[in-house]
Amino acid sequence: MLSIKNLQVAIGDKQILHGVDLEVQAGEVHAIMGPNGSGKSTLAAVLAGREDYEIISGEVIFNGKNLLELAPEERAGEGLFLAFQYPVEIPGVSNTNFLKAAVNAIRKYRGQEPLDAVQFLKLIKEKMKLVNMDQSLLSRSLNEGFSGGEKKRNEIFQMAVLEPKLAILDETDSGLDIDALRIVANGVNALRNKDNAILLITHYQRLLEYIVPDYVHVLYKGRIIRSGDKNLALELEEKGYDWIKAQVEAQQPSL
Amino acid sequence: MEKSDLKAQMLSYAQARAPQTPIHLQALHLLEELEIPTTKHEEWKYLNLKNLLSRTYTFANGNQQESQFPQSIPNICDNNSANVLTFVNGVYRPELSCLVSPPSELTVCSLLEAKSNYPNLVDLYFGKYANADQHIFAAFNTALEAQGAFVYVPNNKVVETPVVIRCIACPKESHLLIQVRHLIVVGRSAQLTLVEHYSSASTPYHSFTNLVAEVIVLENAHLQHYKIQDESATASHIGLTQVWQLQDSYYANTTISLDGELTRNNLHIALDGQNCQAYMNGLYVLDNKTVTDNHTVVDHRKPNSSSNELYKGILKGKTQAIFNGKIFVRPNAQKTNAFQSNKNILLSPNAQVDTKPQLEIWADDVKCSHGCTVGALDEEPLFYLRTRGIDEENARALLIFAFAQDVLERIELPSVRQYVEKSIAERLKMNL
Ligand SMILES: Nc1ncnc2c1ncn2[C@@H]1O[C@H](COP(=O)(O)OP(=O)(O)OP(=O)(O)O)[C@@H](O)[C@H]1O
Ligand SMILES: [Mg+2]
Repeated sequence: MLSIKNLQVAIGDKQILHGVDLEVQAGEVHAIMGPNGSGKSTLAAVLAGREDYEIISGEVIFNGKNLLELAPEERAGEGLFLAFQYPVEIPGVSNTNFLKAAVNAIRKYRGQEPLDAVQFLKLIKEKMKLVNMDQSLLSRSLNEGFSGGEKKRNEIFQMAVLEPKLAILDETDSGLDIDALRIVANGVNALRNKDNAILLITHYQRLLEYIVPDYVHVLYKGRIIRSGDKNLALELEEKGYDWIKAQVEAQQPSL
Repeated sequence: MEKSDLKAQMLSYAQARAPQTPIHLQALHLLEELEIPTTKHEEWKYLNLKNLLSRTYTFANGNQQESQFPQSIPNICDNNSANVLTFVNGVYRPELSCLVSPPSELTVCSLLEAKSNYPNLVDLYFGKYANADQHIFAAFNTALEAQGAFVYVPNNKVVETPVVIRCIACPKESHLLIQVRHLIVVGRSAQLTLVEHYSSASTPYHSFTNLVAEVIVLENAHLQHYKIQDESATASHIGLTQVWQLQDSYYANTTISLDGELTRNNLHIALDGQNCQAYMNGLYVLDNKTVTDNHTVVDHRKPNSSSNELYKGILKGKTQAIFNGKIFVRPNAQKTNAFQSNKNILLSPNAQVDTKPQLEIWADDVKCSHGCTVGALDEEPLFYLRTRGIDEENARALLIFAFAQDVLERIELPSVRQYVEKSIAERLKMNL
C-alpha cells in the first residue's frame, strides 16, 4: 500500500530525514517511535503533502501512485489521512460545514455523488457514537477553544467520517487521560479492516496495548534505525532509547 | 476636465437655483469656500479622485426625465416583507416602492413630500446634524436641496418590518452626478431596522452618487442600520452619514462594500448622551480595481457610553482599501469604553491597504483599545483543510468566509445576511 524508499527531506538548509525506508501493507498497523526531534512529524507532514519541505531524494508510492507528485487534497482523495499532532484551530469555520465540505470533496474526487443533508447527518451521527463525540463540538468552530483531548478526538472523528485507506496518527494519544485514550483506541480499532492500514506515531507503549501494532520502528535523527514487533516497544518503554542510540552510533559513528 | 471645473459647475448650478433657507444659503457659502480635496488634504491623503474628476457629469437633481426605468432592480428584501422606497437616479419612484407598516407606527416618504407634509418635523431635524462643512460634496448636497428618503418613527413605536431604501444609479445618456439626501429620525424608545441599498444598472456611462444621510436616534431608541453598496464598476459613491445619539440609545451601523469604482464613506457618530451604545461594523470585499475608503468618527461627548468598531477587508486584484477610524473622547466623557479593530486580508500582491487609527482622548478614566492588521491568509489552516480533501480554491474561500464571519454574525436581518453571503460566495467563486 505504502512504499517509502530512501526519503531525504530538508527544511531550509537543515536536513531532517536522512533516508527513510518503510513498507506498509494493507491490514497492517505500524508504530513509529523515537526521541523528540527525530523527524516523526516531518515524515507525517511530508506524506500528507506539506509544501514547506524540500524533497532531496527518494520516492513514495501509495497504492500505485507517486504520492509526492500529488497535492494534499489529492492525497486525501486517494485515501490518505493525517491526524495532526497539533490540530489547527480555525475560527469561523463550523465543524459541521467543514466536514461536509471535506466528505463531498473526497467523494467528488472519487467520482461519487455528493451526500445530501440527510445522508450526511446520518453518517456523522453514526460516527459520533464511535468516538463519543459531543454534539455541541460539531456546531462550534473547528477546534477553536477545544481542549487538547477534544481536539484529538475530533481528529479521530474526522478519520471515522472520511474512512481513509492509510491513517497516520501523529501522537494522537499524547496528553489523553485513560478514558479518552480508550475511546480513541476503540474508535481506531473499529475502523480497522483488511483493506486499510495505520501508521501510529507515539512515545508511549500504553497506546500500543490498545492498538496492537504488527511492526514497531524507531526513528532517530531522520533514519529508521531499528524495526521489530510489538516487543520492541516494550523494550523501549523499559530501557529508553539510549541503548539503541549507543548501538547505532557504535556502528555508524557519522550519526 | 480639471478638478476646478467640477467645482465651477457645482457652483453655477447651485447659484442658479437661488437657495432660500439659512441652511441652504450657508451651504452655498461653504461651497464657494471649499475646494475639491486632493491627496494633499489630510482627510483625503490616500484617495485619488483623479478618475472621478476626469469626467463631465450631467447633474441629476430631482429631475424627473433623468429617472428612466432600470431593467432589473436588485432586491434585498421581498416586497411585503419590507417597507421599500425606491429612488432611481435620486428621484423617488412610488410605483417601485411598497409601504406595509401602518402610518401610526412609521412615517416614510420622500424628503420632498415630507417638507410639505411634515414641515415642523423636517425643520426640527434637517441640516442640524450633517455638517455641510465636512467636505465640498456635503456642502453641494445641502446647497442643492438634494432629495431622498424621510423616515420617522414616533416615540415608543417598534417597527417590526424593516425599511429598505433602494437607490439605483442608471445613467442612460451621459455620465451622471446623482444627489441623495436622507433624514432618519427614530423617536424616544422607538425601534427600527433600516437598510440602505445602493446598486446600479450596468450602462456604458459612469455614475457618481453624492449622499448625505442624517440619522437621529433619540433617547432609549434602537436602530439597526445597514448600508449595502453593490454598485457596478462604473459607479462611484461619496457619502456622509451623520448620526446623533441621545441618552440610552443603541445604534448599530453595518457598512458592506461589495463593488463600485470608488467609494468614500464618512460615518460620523456623535454620542451626545450617557449610556449610549454604538456599533460600527464594516466589511469590504473588493475585486478588480475597486477603491473603498471608510472614514469613521465616533465622538464620545458624555460619560458612560461605549462604542465598538470592527471593520474587515478582503482584497483581490488591484484594489485599494483605506480605513481611518477616529475616536474622540471629550474631557467630561469619563468611563467611556471604545474599541476599534480593522483587519485586512490581501489575496493579491497588487492590492493595497492604508489603515490608520486616530485616538484623541481628553478624559482620563476611559477604556480604549484599537488594532489593525494587514496580511495574507495563514498557511497552516489552509494545509489542514487541504489534507481533508478540500481543494486549494475552496479551502481559501472557506477561510476567507471564516475571516468575515464575525462581521457577518452581526448582521441580524436574515435577508441582508443571505444577500451579503451570497454576493461574497459569488465573488470568491465558492463551490461548496
Ligand atoms: N519549520 C521548521 N524549520 C526548522 N526546523 C524544523 C521545522 N520543522 C521541524 N524542524 C526541526 O526538524 C526536526 C524534526 O522535527 P519533528 O517535528 O519532525 O520531530 P518529531 O520526531 O515529531 O518530534 P516530537 O516527538 O517532539 O514531536 C526538529 O529538530 C525540528 O526542530
Ligand atoms: Mg512530532
